[in-house]
Amino acid sequence: MGMGLLIDATRCIGCGACSSACKEQNKLPAKVEEVLTAYTWTTVQEREGLNVRRLCMHCEVPTCASVCPVAALKKTPEGPVVYDSERCMGCRYCMMACPYEIPKYQWDRPVPVIGKCIMCAGRVKDGQPTACAAACPAEATTFGKKEDLIWEARTRIRSKPGAYVDHIYGLAETGGTSVLMISNIPFEKLGMKTNLPSDPPAQRTWQVLSNIPNFVGVWGAFLFGVHWITARRDDVAKAEDHTNGRGGRS
Amino acid sequence: MNSTATLATRRFRPGFWTAVFAVTFIAFAIVTVMRFTKGLGAVTNLSDQFPWGLWIGFDLLCGVGLAAGAFTLTAVVHLFNLKRFEPIVRPTLLTGFLGYGFVIVALLLDLGQPWRIWHAMVYWNPHSVMFEVAWCVMLYTTVLALEFSPIVFERFGLHAPARLIHKFITPLVVLGVILSTLHQSSLGTVYLIVPSKLHPLWYSPLLPLHFYISAIGAGIGMVVLESYLSKRAFGRHLEMDLLEPLARGMVVALGIYGLMRIQAIYRNHAFGTLLDFGYEGRMFLLEFVMGVILPVVLMSFRRLRSHPDWLVGGAFLAVMGFVMNRLNVSITGMEAASGIRYIPSAMEIIISVGLVATGMAVFAFAVRNLRIFPEGPVTEAQIPEEGA
Repeated sequence: MGMGLLIDATRCIGCGACSSACKEQNKLPAKVEEVLTAYTWTTVQEREGLNVRRLCMHCEVPTCASVCPVAALKKTPEGPVVYDSERCMGCRYCMMACPYEIPKYQWDRPVPVIGKCIMCAGRVKDGQPTACAAACPAEATTFGKKEDLIWEARTRIRSKPGAYVDHIYGLAETGGTSVLMISNIPFEKLGMKTNLPSDPPAQRTWQVLSNIPNFVGVWGAFLFGVHWITARRDDVAKAEDHTNGRGGRS
Repeated sequence: MNSTATLATRRFRPGFWTAVFAVTFIAFAIVTVMRFTKGLGAVTNLSDQFPWGLWIGFDLLCGVGLAAGAFTLTAVVHLFNLKRFEPIVRPTLLTGFLGYGFVIVALLLDLGQPWRIWHAMVYWNPHSVMFEVAWCVMLYTTVLALEFSPIVFERFGLHAPARLIHKFITPLVVLGVILSTLHQSSLGTVYLIVPSKLHPLWYSPLLPLHFYISAIGAGIGMVVLESYLSKRAFGRHLEMDLLEPLARGMVVALGIYGLMRIQAIYRNHAFGTLLDFGYEGRMFLLEFVMGVILPVVLMSFRRLRSHPDWLVGGAFLAVMGFVMNRLNVSITGMEAASGIRYIPSAMEIIISVGLVATGMAVFAFAVRNLRIFPEGPVTEAQIPEEGA
């Protein structure tokens, strides 16, 4: 199941330490923008009196990785969805397809690449927590094994009835994500997408793509068959013309 | 509709269109330089909220779709053996080839790092629709080039290679039809992955089929339109005996497509979204009533189909309906989910117009120098004026 992050919106104090730590860790321009951009991979936005973190959800079956024609985006076994800027040719299908609208583009550069949270894949591989989790002074962002985090989230929701909405965001959305969120205010009011299917969107295209080999065989046989029949009909007609003495082969 | 009569008698002022084309090409060149020196953000209205715009919606989706006449007609002539349609295969192949050229140039401008376009051949991801699209573009452009090559070979008296292609024409056409089927439908599959973003008036699990069948309808419409434009530009006659039965095929394709669209909207419970007559509803009605229902109804009457003006009008509606559909799927239907309204920048429009102009200029050049029409290369004397 890999590692993950649990974000508790009720605990977040909105200090922005996560954003700053992310900037430093990933060598991004220091200015923290208000919304996610190619240069700001995580933000804290105030919604309904809560401080809501935005970052890549790191889907278990990432839509972005499924749509990338050059496999520049990949889910690692440890959990992070990473991006190889050396492969990317800039088709931006990942931006179009991501249900959470996470990948952002360097629109201002002549040689642009995608920017998105990579869950500090290098640190995670070395057994360290992500920079944002390490920097959080309020334990609003917790790093750990995803199964432990699910248990932790359930415990928090159950131990204080009414203190949380009974929903772990990211447990079922788009087939599950490595980043989980809990809150005391319904997620749609926090600007989170709540119209998401519980099956990974990637399944919908794979159902079509996986049938291409069959389709090529059947369609090819049909087309050759049609040609064979019509050509034979022509030959027969010509032969009949010939035997009937009505012209013959030209 | 007496437009044809008035248009046929109207003569362009010599030099006027040459000037229009020249200005368009210069603007095109300037925008291209800006795009590669200053980045996509400087020339387009694309943004993180709206990463795909006019170049994908029009240049790419419509360029591929309107090239569908080529595989339809090669199948009709070479596989269904209806040889009488042979005289219009060549201009259709030319249109198809130019359509794909159009798409490739647009792709080179739209990709963030187009010099890496070959990556799709090296780094495979068979789970990606875009990967399928990339291979279809590469392979079908090759097939179109091979199907078209005898016309160029014969111009230079190279009979041996022309005969070689002719020997393999059946497998070549079969390959072309398979690749086209995959490619046309895959452009619909591209949007299967955004069920939470694309408006229910357009989203359907059958999007690949919608795209495929509507491309056949519009591809036939393009064959009629391009015959009409050739008639106007080069003083050719309209092959009514061939175009009338083709229009019947268009009615069948668009009819099936129309029913599928209605079924999809019913299945999505999206008829309600039409009642408030909102932005999406209005755009849908314009697309569907003008571009599907009207041409199907009009072209169902033999009397109208057999009349050149009505036939051209019906084909025009079908092609416009097709273009609107692709723009609605890629732009209108995605706007609500993105939270912003996307309107292409002037520079994006210049690129699209420049590409259409280039296509027309190359078509005119080919028609003058190759045997595209049965009567051979169009000579200068036959051409009323400069430009296409």
